[in-house]
Amino acid sequence: MRTIRIGSGAGYSGDRIEPAVELAEKGELDYLVFECLAERTIALAQQVKLKDPSAGYDPLLAARMRAVLPICVKNKIKIVTNMGAANPLAAAEATRKIARELGLSGLEVAAVTGDDVLDYLREHDVALDNGETIASLGNRVVSANAYIGVRPIVEALSRGADVVITGRAGDPAIFMAPLIREFAWALDDWTKLGRGTLVGHLLECAGQVTGGYFADPGVKDVADLARLGFPIGEVSEDGELVVTKVAGSGGQVTARTVKEQLLYEIHDPRRYFQPDVVADFSQVRVEEVGPDRVRVSGGRGAPKTGLLKTSVGYIDSYVGEGQISYAGPNALARARLAIEIVRERLQLTGVETTEMRFDLIGVDSLHGPARSRDGDPYEVRIRVVGRADSLDEARRIGNEVETLYTNGPAAGGGAWKSAREIVAVASALIPESAVHTAVSVEEA
Amino acid sequence: MKLREIAHSRTGDKGNISNISVIAFDERDYPKLVEQVTSERVAEHFLGIVTGPVTRYEMPNVGALNFVLEGALSGGVTRALTLDAHGKSLSSLMLELEVQQSRAATNGRTVSNKTDVALHN
Repeated sequence: MRTIRIGSGAGYSGDRIEPAVELAEKGELDYLVFECLAERTIALAQQVKLKDPSAGYDPLLAARMRAVLPICVKNKIKIVTNMGAANPLAAAEATRKIARELGLSGLEVAAVTGDDVLDYLREHDVALDNGETIASLGNRVVSANAYIGVRPIVEALSRGADVVITGRAGDPAIFMAPLIREFAWALDDWTKLGRGTLVGHLLECAGQVTGGYFADPGVKDVADLARLGFPIGEVSEDGELVVTKVAGSGGQVTARTVKEQLLYEIHDPRRYFQPDVVADFSQVRVEEVGPDRVRVSGGRGAPKTGLLKTSVGYIDSYVGEGQISYAGPNALARARLAIEIVRERLQLTGVETTEMRFDLIGVDSLHGPARSRDGDPYEVRIRVVGRADSLDEARRIGNEVETLYTNGPAAGGGAWKSAREIVAVASALIPESAVHTAVSVEEA
Repeated sequence: MKLREIAHSRTGDKGNISNISVIAFDERDYPKLVEQVTSERVAEHFLGIVTGPVTRYEMPNVGALNFVLEGALSGGVTRALTLDAHGKSLSSLMLELEVQQSRAATNGRTVSNKTDVALHN
């Protein structure tokens, strides 16, 4: 049976680039896919685009394209990516420019647009999952993007695109679109779409299925993590998958690494909602069939809901933070005193906050105080963080930590402070019919 | 013994919801997980962190449980003040859960003399 090989070149926006180059060079790939859009990324990109209409796509797009385009052209590998973020058209234009500079004119680069649904949401004052509506958030709304499905990506590939750049799309969809294009799966073949979603789900976080984010020394050892290889999915026409990686790269593909990724960010395994299908992972089988080769079968699917998840980015608040460390005898007592001083200072000086948090890093910052082992830590770092309604007010929080240098307990060191605007994300469901995607394919 | 002796775990996040997998190293230990790692015990174990319901999904096909903890991320990844806003480290807390060697010991039946299957690690 015919198979195609899909490599996963990035698990998030800032991911390592050499593993993608290794995949393009040695992976015998048909497709190289880069999944680079976290929940909030597109809202931040939209803010950039508002300042500069030619920006707003992935900051590493140029570096990635320069690194892989020549190899992909030579090895006839097509690229699909959501690095378009808030501006797929500009990302496509930038990619064409790089292609020309590299002597690769003739490269067909497609942009998929239409995921930006802010106008629709405003018009219908859609309710969000955080209790707000688009109208109640008013001018704090930054962006609204629907998770689109495979259809426009398949169209772009069918029209001859060598590189397809999207904005927000279902993460598995950017992996499944090549399968649909190559195997001509029907868009209502729910079993196949369930399997294609499984392929995308396992590959989309790149190194997380090849032994990254898995190691626990002495318990779950993984070799050569500094040279972690990214995954390859070998997919057959009926949607069966073998996960593997380039021979000689670091990491490992085992039943265990695959199972951890199978359940990653899943709720009910029988109902994994995607734009094209409701995938069902409850009958999936995972078996090791060779060194660094794991077969995954049994994916299923049910008809799609006709609703698309939409992420709305909005300016939520401003957060100020300060940290300082204490060590040696009585470190914990000095750190606690430092926290009490900051707490009192914030009151005395009238810093207006809506939420505060005081952590002892090394003692209680991750899971609370009850779970720490007995005994004093040799060193401890305090972390004071709070929410305010303006950046200026947020700055005052870190300042009260920094002033501990000369005014606080003995021997505090390594003070650090920050203040930042918080773009938060809420979500809504909108009908698929409200989203109008478009595809433009242009030659470099 | 700690759960980490027989299972591994990874955390995922969606908004204010954390999901934490518990995967048997050896699938023969899966019934022990089903029996002992209940949603009630997990809710208790995550006291002070999780504010909503805890739901458990069973996946005998891969010898794993999936726990969905609502309201576990202090309002959600994109706005929480917590140091680990994604709750990535919660899987390590899950593996601290105490489990008993013998399956029969937990449900009031006679304690079996049968030893547990050898662990892979």
